[in-house]
Amino acid sequence: MIQANRKNLGLVLRIALLTVFTTAAIAQSSAYQSKPEFLEQSLGTTQPQSDVIWFDDELRAVATRILGHPPGTMRMRYWFDGSRTAWIVDEIGKEKPITLGIVIQNGEIERMSVLQFRESRGWEIKYPFFTEQFDGVRLDKNDKLNERIDGITGATLSVRAATRSANLALVLSEHIRQPIQETIAAP
Amino acid sequence: MKPYLYCLGMVLLATAGPAASQTPDIDEIWEIVQQQQREIADLKARLADADAQLAAADEKIEATGDYLDSVAVAAPASATKIGGYGELHYNNLNATDSTMDSEEIDFHRFVLFFGHDFSDRVSFFSELELEHSLAGDGAPGEVELEQAYINYALTDSLSAKTGLFLMPIGFINETHEPPTFYGVERNAVENVIVPSTWWEAGAALSGHNEIGLSWDVALHSGLAMPTTGSSAFRIRSGRQKVAEAMASDPAVTFRLRYSGIPGLDLAASYQYQSDASQIAGDGLDAGNLFVANASYDIGAFRLKGLYSQWNFNGFAIEAADADKQTGWYVEPSYRFGTTKGEWGVYARHADVDGARTQDKFTQFELGANYWPVDNVVLKFDFRQRDHELASEVGRDFDGFDLGVGYQF
Repeated sequence: MIQANRKNLGLVLRIALLTVFTTAAIAQSSAYQSKPEFLEQSLGTTQPQSDVIWFDDELRAVATRILGHPPGTMRMRYWFDGSRTAWIVDEIGKEKPITLGIVIQNGEIERMSVLQFRESRGWEIKYPFFTEQFDGVRLDKNDKLNERIDGITGATLSVRAATRSANLALVLSEHIRQPIQETIAAP
Repeated sequence: MKPYLYCLGMVLLATAGPAASQTPDIDEIWEIVQQQQREIADLKARLADADAQLAAADEKIEATGDYLDSVAVAAPASATKIGGYGELHYNNLNATDSTMDSEEIDFHRFVLFFGHDFSDRVSFFSELELEHSLAGDGAPGEVELEQAYINYALTDSLSAKTGLFLMPIGFINETHEPPTFYGVERNAVENVIVPSTWWEAGAALSGHNEIGLSWDVALHSGLAMPTTGSSAFRIRSGRQKVAEAMASDPAVTFRLRYSGIPGLDLAASYQYQSDASQIAGDGLDAGNLFVANASYDIGAFRLKGLYSQWNFNGFAIEAADADKQTGWYVEPSYRFGTTKGEWGVYARHADVDGARTQDKFTQFELGANYWPVDNVVLKFDFRQRDHELASEVGRDFDGFDLGVGYQF
């Protein structure tokens, strides 16, 4: 019986080793987009026009309500080309900041990309099967996302971080949307 | 000449004389223009200077803003991190045999996480728990080290870890912070059959890919289940908790999981115990555990279920009719938001067939969670447990539980 157990264990260990090496061989080193790559893909150039939006008292209060904590910066930089804006937001999921790139046009999310994911759980959110849920999402009348974002089991905090970031980017884009439209309309 | 004409002529002469003397001549006008030119030049110079100062101030503000932004972004990612969770329970259970009634309040778990990043690739994570508030001789609780491992990120999608870590099995074992599950007490199946919280020491490899498939392979210490006494063949009693644990017969665990559709989670785990008692020839030999679990969200509605089964070899465990131990549960729930937080209601039916006579039962639960903020939860549930064996009917109970939990 003991010999049989050891034989079984040996077989299982061999299977385990095979799995390990197979896994290592097929594991993909997912290359994140760099910031210039994200901007080029979003706005057609690596150095688009940019500006900053400062968090005054009113805007800081709005951002705090959305994020559940005060924004970590005094201002937020954004890049634009016509009415299309691109935002890069750092938001903590459980322990570490997740860097998200969000492209917005006419009050609607055109694309979301995870530029850097550092958390130990919730890796699912960095892939298109998750981020594509945000395509076409807008603000509702309460300045919240107008569509439900389905979660990932065991990745609740990362999902929430992505959702908060999208919400903030949409609100900020609305904040600057009118001046941009005026600029475009100007001769 | 008439007298009035004479007077008029005198007045004109008197006024015309001084006016003619105040009109600047061409040289004076040139001087005035020169003076104004100098003043304009001076103003232009001052304006240029002001513009330069403004531009310099702008540059300084930009530089300061950039620096503060970079500091603000970097600060939360400090190398050492602390987190934690905790839960306070109140149980009020009425048993068929009133001597088995239970009415108690207990700070069931107080947990602190400590983690440290040694580099971008190498990190440490730990979980230290105080159970039941008080530990020591004669005290009801324990201080437990539930996780302590070094993780090495080989690539962005492949990592290895070694140390003391949680078994990649089921829902609760790896993710058990109170705001993440329904019910004051954890579900009975992932207590009796999958003995959560269950940790072992060893090494593991984990990987995932872009279609949402992930896998774990772990080689680790094994169970040491008792083969005699009141807890004979009880899986939960086989956890050695990596405390001077016997390590003659290791175990391996595999998990394959698919989470490539948001809202859907499918997983299957398999574990092989080479000798579940760590003692040769005692009638308990190898063990095989299979667990399948699934969760699916349809809008605010979630359906969740888990099935688990142990099969053991050995003449003693077969004689005790404990060589097959199973458990399953289904849990529908509905979560909705209000202006004052979120609510969730759930029901759960669990069927447990463990080794001990009191571990063969069905349990029905109905309850609600209220999250005033994301990471704090208040819980209420009603429970009813019915035992399979007539000898255990006295243990049948119904009652309610109240709880509060948090994580950070």
